[in-house]
Amino acid sequence: MSAVTEGALAAGFPSIPCSEECLLRPGNTNCGGCGMSIGLTMLGRALEEAGEACMMAIPACCGAVTAGAFPTTSYGVPVVNTTFASSAAVASGLAAIRDLNGESGQVVCWAGDGGTYDIGMATLSAAAERDEDILYICYDNEIYGNTGGQRSSATPAGARTTTTPSGKREGKKDIVGIMAAHGIPYTATLSIAHPEDFREKLLRAFGIRGMRFLLIHSPCPTGWKSEPGDSVALVRLAVRSGLFPLLEVFDGERWRLNAEPDGSDPAEYFRRQRRFRPDELDLDAIRAACRARHERLRTLAATFPA
Amino acid sequence: MALEVVTGNHAAGYALAVAGEANRGARGAACGIYPITPQTEIVERVAGFPFTKGRVVPVESEHSAMAVSMGASLAGARAFTASSSNGLAYMVENIMTAGFYRLPIVMVAVNRTLGPPWNIWADQGDSLMLRDFPWVQLYCSDNQEVADLTLLAFRLAEDRRILLPVLVCMDAFIVSHTQAETDLPEQERVDRYLPELELPHRMRHDVPRTLGGLIWPDVTTSQRFDVDEAMRRVPAVYQECRDAFRNVFGRDPGGVLEAFRTEDAETVLVASATIATTVRDVIEARRARGERLGLVKMRMYRPFPEGELHRACASARRVGVLDRDYAAGIGGVWGQDVRAAFQGHRDDVLVQDYLLGIGGGDVTAESIDRVLDDLRDRDRAGPASWVDLAVGGAGREEVA
Repeated sequence: MSAVTEGALAAGFPSIPCSEECLLRPGNTNCGGCGMSIGLTMLGRALEEAGEACMMAIPACCGAVTAGAFPTTSYGVPVVNTTFASSAAVASGLAAIRDLNGESGQVVCWAGDGGTYDIGMATLSAAAERDEDILYICYDNEIYGNTGGQRSSATPAGARTTTTPSGKREGKKDIVGIMAAHGIPYTATLSIAHPEDFREKLLRAFGIRGMRFLLIHSPCPTGWKSEPGDSVALVRLAVRSGLFPLLEVFDGERWRLNAEPDGSDPAEYFRRQRRFRPDELDLDAIRAACRARHERLRTLAATFPA
Repeated sequence: MALEVVTGNHAAGYALAVAGEANRGARGAACGIYPITPQTEIVERVAGFPFTKGRVVPVESEHSAMAVSMGASLAGARAFTASSSNGLAYMVENIMTAGFYRLPIVMVAVNRTLGPPWNIWADQGDSLMLRDFPWVQLYCSDNQEVADLTLLAFRLAEDRRILLPVLVCMDAFIVSHTQAETDLPEQERVDRYLPELELPHRMRHDVPRTLGGLIWPDVTTSQRFDVDEAMRRVPAVYQECRDAFRNVFGRDPGGVLEAFRTEDAETVLVASATIATTVRDVIEARRARGERLGLVKMRMYRPFPEGELHRACASARRVGVLDRDYAAGIGGVWGQDVRAAFQGHRDDVLVQDYLLGIGGGDVTAESIDRVLDDLRDRDRAGPASWVDLAVGGAGREEVA
């Protein structure tokens, strides 16, 4: 245990591993309020709790920049930066040789929405179809963040980006539906505002063999034009208002809904991000869509329970 | 040794598979595979091979085929694949990545015309477009050479002084689909020839490196310089791999180039792959008529064996380069390299580039005769000459 961790414990704080051995080392240059950084820390903690080693394949995304410049790195685990579309394929090769040699440890793809929903879609779909034994985690900040904020197929309708200056007309791609339709063993959505649920899903995913796909709703103050201190509150609101359902799908067949909306108004979510102009949004239609989405998920979870 | 009548593709698939199998005592072997005419038979053979410790991953694209092979290589396994033409073009980003990651991957390329329009026949434009990447490139003339150079490629690629991927090329159909008697070495000898792979920078939990992160210009320059140093070592290490090959298999896989009757030659043709075989016959025939002609058959294209070429052309005053490819806006690819090799070193040599056999067109003895006649009658070099231009060539310079 590092001196920092010991100090934190002595001060009565919960244990936060930040020794050189942890997954995301202290001292990285990520933005304040970055959801991806919180996700990486939570992944590192879950791995430590489970006693799991891991190596990561990271395509072009903020996760690649996180490492910092050679010869230093913010990652305490082996990492390979893959080409943009290739993380799931490189991970397939890593996992194949791990298995041939009877080794343990997770092979993790850590990718943004651009590398998942867009350019990496075919590679990801093929790895899912082959049921490769890899843990694919997409931190979805709904934007090409590294390149300064362009629309992706994960960008929600209405969001202004540098390539949708008057707001995106199309909605988000249903990546959970797509991945679940592959019939992979485990598909789940995670929110950094629900750390216990987040942790449980990671631990569950570690214990399952085959392709596992996790989607993290990952706030990006730079791209969302939101306050860094609002990040956790925003994604919590997304869950509570029904914009981002927390769910699990097993084998593409059995569904579980992990949180029910509490009646929070999605309007508040849009008001707190300057990428949206709430007056341009059809909020009644959005509210109706949230209700319909949850009604459908409730039906799925009741009809095909996990 | 087992003499069998097999296609060039069969020879390549067999060599890739037994090379992978030879690493079973270490971290095994794996490859991503994807079909494309006329290479498909290679990956079919690999897919059917009963590996002791290997996995073949049938992926959704060439881009991913190389990515899977990179992942396997990064994990310390022997990795390989095969492709052709537009497949290589689609794979380009990861071909470059494998090189800069210094992964000793071996890829067999069946040289096929790049489309559109679609043409499945022989043309080297596909592999030659990779000329500026950190890959060694070897070219084969027949099935035996395909088997031998594929095996040699692994030993060369994995040598600690090199650690670069190697591309082994053959002509579409003329070699890939032509059956010929080929000596396919048994596993036991391949095991002796190929040491178990220990990749120094493989990903491992006890050494948590970040591979391929951000680097500044000074480190980038050093990294390119390291590649250049490794490239410069290739010809000497190739020679060691060649000697070892002779010791284990009792057969010479050939040098980086082969000089045929160049000792006193005034005119030398530089050719590669199957065209070189045709040139050899023509030179024999014209030698009998008293012409002092020679041939340099290029086996290695990258790194470009400049010194060996100079030695082979010591007596030459005229050099004709045969390009089965077209580099838009400049002519032929080999022609540029040969011209550059002589520039400033031997300014008394006339180097003329000839484009022939493009898109798999037949290169006959008569084609070579036309080249030699043109070269003999020239008083200066000109733009690359289109040999055998049949359609739409009105108004163009054509070798008569």
